[in-house]
Formats: sequence, C-alpha cells, structure tokens
Amino acid sequence: MAEYTLRLRRYDPDSGEAAYWEEHTVELEPHRSVLEGILQAKDRSDGSIGIRCSCRAAICGSCGVRINGRPDLACHKHLRRAEKESKDGVIEVEPMGNMPVIKDLIVDMEAVHWKKIRRVTPWLIPKQPVPEREYIVPRENMVDVTQSMACIQCGACVSDCLSMEVDPEFIGPAALAKAYRFVGDPRDDQHFERLEDLAEDPHGIYDCTHCFQCIDACPKGVAPMSQIMRLRRRAGNDFDIEDRNNGERHEASFVSLVKQYGLLNEAELLPRSYGGDSPLAKFKPAAAAELASSLPVIAKALLRRKVTPAAVFAPHKLAAADRKAIKRIFNEVEGREERLEFNIYISGRDEDLL
Amino acid sequence: MKVAYWPGCVSRGFTPELHGSMAKVAPLLDIELVALDRASCCGAGVIAEHNPELADTLNARTFALAQQAEGTALMMNICSTCQGAQSECQERLDASAEYRAQINETLAAEGLSYEQGLTNKNFLWLLVEEIGLEDLRARVVRPLTDLRVGPFYGCYIVRPADRIGIDDAHPRDTYLDQVIEALGGTVTDYAGSHKCCGFPIITMNKDASLKQAGRHIGDATDAGADCLVTPCPLCHLNLDLQQPLAAKVVGRDLDMPVLHLPQLVGLALGLSPSELGLGRHVVKPSSVIDWTTSVVGEVGDVAAAGG
Repeated sequence: MAEYTLRLRRYDPDSGEAAYWEEHTVELEPHRSVLEGILQAKDRSDGSIGIRCSCRAAICGSCGVRINGRPDLACHKHLRRAEKESKDGVIEVEPMGNMPVIKDLIVDMEAVHWKKIRRVTPWLIPKQPVPEREYIVPRENMVDVTQSMACIQCGACVSDCLSMEVDPEFIGPAALAKAYRFVGDPRDDQHFERLEDLAEDPHGIYDCTHCFQCIDACPKGVAPMSQIMRLRRRAGNDFDIEDRNNGERHEASFVSLVKQYGLLNEAELLPRSYGGDSPLAKFKPAAAAELASSLPVIAKALLRRKVTPAAVFAPHKLAAADRKAIKRIFNEVEGREERLEFNIYISGRDEDLL
Repeated sequence: MKVAYWPGCVSRGFTPELHGSMAKVAPLLDIELVALDRASCCGAGVIAEHNPELADTLNARTFALAQQAEGTALMMNICSTCQGAQSECQERLDASAEYRAQINETLAAEGLSYEQGLTNKNFLWLLVEEIGLEDLRARVVRPLTDLRVGPFYGCYIVRPADRIGIDDAHPRDTYLDQVIEALGGTVTDYAGSHKCCGFPIITMNKDASLKQAGRHIGDATDAGADCLVTPCPLCHLNLDLQQPLAAKVVGRDLDMPVLHLPQLVGLALGLSPSELGLGRHVVKPSSVIDWTTSVVGEVGDVAAAGG
C-alpha cells in the first residue's frame, strides 16, 4: 500500500459557486488506477464527487478526464505513473476540455462529442443492390479501417483538440476518424458525397492544424489526425475535389513546387493556394484579394529585409542534377498504379516479430 | 563536433535570419556544419498527406546523403517541422526492412541507400544531449539576466511523444526551458508553450489560424514574458510575421518579440543583435535588446548604473 494525494477539480453548477480544487489522500497499491483512487475518495471521504465510469478496463470509454493536464482514461493510468508525471507530487485530475462541465469530472459529451459524431453520418450507406447474402470485400480493405474502428468514443482527442479550442465548430478528430471508417469501407456507396461534404465544410478536414495532439491523446492508437490526412488524400487525389477552403490547392501547389525546385518556394505557395497551381495564380481574384489583405505584413517584411525581392522572384532551388533526381522520384512514385501506404499500426515493426 | 546539417527551406527563404544566426553560433559551440545542400524539402507533412511513399522516399534520400557526409556524428536540423516530418518518415523506414528495401530501390538510380538507424536531432536536442547544459553554461559570456523568456516549442518537436523520443531519460518537452535557464534567463510559464501556432491552416482558415497565434502571444504577455523563443521557423512566421494581423483578430495590442533559438543562444554567447539578424523581425526585439549598448535585458541597466 502507498499513499497518494489527488487534487480534484470540483464544480457544482447548482451551487452558484465557481469551480475549485480539493485534495484527497487515498491508500492503494501503486499499480492501481487513478480511477480507483477517485472512487476510494468518493467512498471514504466525499460521496458527492462526480465521475462517470463503468468497465474499469479501458474499453467502455466512460472515464475520460485530464490527468496532470493531459487527457486520458482515469482507469488507464497507474497511480505510480500519474504521481511521477505530476508537477508537485499531487495527482491533478480535472474534467476534459472543449466540452461543458455537467458536474465535477463529468462533461457534457452530448453537447459536443456526440453531436459531431452524428454530423458525419456514422453508419454504412450500402451499395445497391444489397447482395442476397454477404458482401464480398478484399481483406486488406477491412484491415485498413481497423485503426479507426478501434475508437471507444471516450472523447480524449476532442478534449485537447487545439483547432477546436479556437474554432468550436471544427468537426474534430473523433468524428473525422469515424468518417474515414466509412470512406475506407468498400461496401459504402457514398464515398464521394461524404468527402465532398467534409472538404467543402469550412470546419471540416482542412480545419485540422496537424498538431498531433489527438494522436498523443488517444488511449487506443486510433491516430485520428492520420485518418484526417487519409480523408484529405482521398478527397484531393482520388476524387479531385477542389474545395472552397484552399485545402486541395494548397496541397497540390506545395507538391508541385517541391517537384519543380526541390525546395519549398513560399512566395509562390501563398498565391497558388488561393488561385490554383499555376505561376499566374497571383493574378487571379482570390489570390489578389488575399495578397492585398496581407499587404501591411508583406510591406513590413520587405522593409526589414526579412523577405528580400530575390527570395520572391529568384527563389532558392537545388542544383540542376538534384532537381532532376527529385523529379525522377516524383514521377516514379506518383506513376505507380496503386498508392503505397505503409501503416505501422497494421503492419507492425520488424522487432515485434522477434 | 561535426554534423550533417539540414537547414530546411523556410530558414533560407522567409526567415533567412535563422540560417544566418545558426552559421554564426555554430563555431562558438565547436559545431562544424556540413551542409546537406543536395537534399530536398522534408514535405512538412503536406507531401506525406499527398502520398506517404513520396515523402518517405524524399527523406530517405536526405538521410542517405547525411549518412554519406564524411566524419559526421549525426544529422542536425534547425526546424521543429523538419524534425517532426522527418521523424515520421524515419519511423516507417526503420520499422520494416521490406519497406525500406522498396524505398531504397527508388533511390538506387542515384547510387543512394538509407541504412536503418540514423540519428537526426534538432539543434535544441543537440544542445542538451550532445553539448550538455554544463558546457553551454560555461560558454555564456553575456547571461540573459532578468530576461523573461516564454518557450514556444512547436507541435512537431513534442508530439507524438513516443515517435519524438520523449521518455523519463529524455524529457525533450522541457529542453527549451532548460536551455533558457542555462543561458541565464528566466522561464515564463504560460498556457500556449506546447500548443499549435496555427500556421498550417493559414491559407485554409485564416481566422482560426491567427486566433491561435494571437491567443498564445496574449497569454505570454499576461504572464509577463519579455519575448518568446522558438526552434520552429514556421511558428516564427505565424508568431512574428503575422503578429500584426493576429493582434487584429484577437482584438488586443500585441508587441511580443519572437526569437529563433540560435539567436537567443547567440546573444548569450556574446554575438551582437545585428550579427544575429534581430533587426529583420517584424516585431523588433527592443525589449530584449538595448539597441544603444547592444546588451541584453537588464544587464544593460546594471552596466549603465555602474554595477
């Protein structure tokens, strides 16, 4: 047995009081979970502590909280580990972020998480005609969606999504991972419609900042951000959806500039993201408007010699032989009949086999 | 120590003062830079989003060039985004001999081949793990006394923790704090130090992007920071270049100088602000630099008072 101190965030909306911290000391073995610690405090010292939980085995997804400022399942973190990661030896537990608090450690999943999940039509829309018996699908297609199927809907990724923090309307990591589950399923009939919807939504797949927060947050290895990148890949490359958010244009321009110069030419990337992947993009209305709105910034950067005219008009590039080598790589890899996507979650690592 | 040096694209494009200051700082730390001038853009996650095999091949080429650089101990970069994008590709390349062989087949036309297990460290990691904080402290000639510095790490260098190599022995998500202290400065804690600057969506959702930058700068201001320091030039673009626009979006005045990591190190090692390109920033680092005497923080005040 060891003693641990928990610092719990308490809040009761009916009381009219602001949220506050409260410390409880519990006695448990070090390999017991933070959830067990909270339940002991509730059992022994204050029955009014609010926490949602059920399976205690990291499978039901009920007990999502923030432990020492990071999202996790309370049942999925050993007390010993949590104490080690704390800033002052006290294990700090608070409700998840980006969702309203109902009471203490319980957040309103319905108001945010489930609403967003429903937003992506989270069910299969079967290809017609529905076969009399089962659908026959290639095994690798179903293996491909297992990563997104591993989601237990705990909301940990939603809690700490940095894009949602500034844009609450962002569809978010959990729902978009769920969307890939159906976009990757060969039995689904609406891949294009789903992707067009998510690409055109100003708070859809192109609203993700690629910050990796959801990958770290997920207790199940779903890597929601990676699923969002796959949605973008399917939308832009496989279905040529040119969205209104500059998502496809940004990606296409980035790729073609690196193919051409070997290095990124930032001065061209901005206008092409708005006006399309062409050297004339800067003269298109959308790009011109954007350049005009950024004029104060551009002027200052030029004034300070941060950005020189040379960087704009004679961008850095690799030597001719290397540019040729890079172009050859692009042509060879992009010329393949089928895109090769090596996913460690599915394939594992060589050392796992030893 | 001799390193295969990958400066990245932005450090030579829109933030030329970063590459320039690294070149000035390296000799003061006995780092010999062997530039990988044949290597291509890392793809910044965007090429991987387009086609993962393409990103893996381009970076495998860079890694192979680094492994060929004679006498070098490891590969070093000065960009969080390069670090993260390259680590992601390296993780896939190192995971499977079969996949690596496929990628190397594409590189074979150039006579290049990547061998598993390259060490690729950002300048920040190199400072702490190779040079060491004791050694760094001993080299400081102008400590950043009383300078309150807010660290801004950049997502790609702190997440995902396992890929980035953060563990009990390597708390890499605290290194920037440790370096600031070793240089004699004071760390300012604020909410945004490990959050996203918003840059990746600047062309897709400008408002949300600038809101992120503006909020973090505002938080650092409220916490009393004199300046921010970042190992990521893309963060620098959103935090410094776009700061006037970010201020408008969040509806408050912002005047926060943002330094590149080698600039902060260079100041403490005795280099002058102009040598480090500090005058090239959109937000002039006048709270950091006393332009008349070129001294740092309140050290200038002490000197002026005859202390």
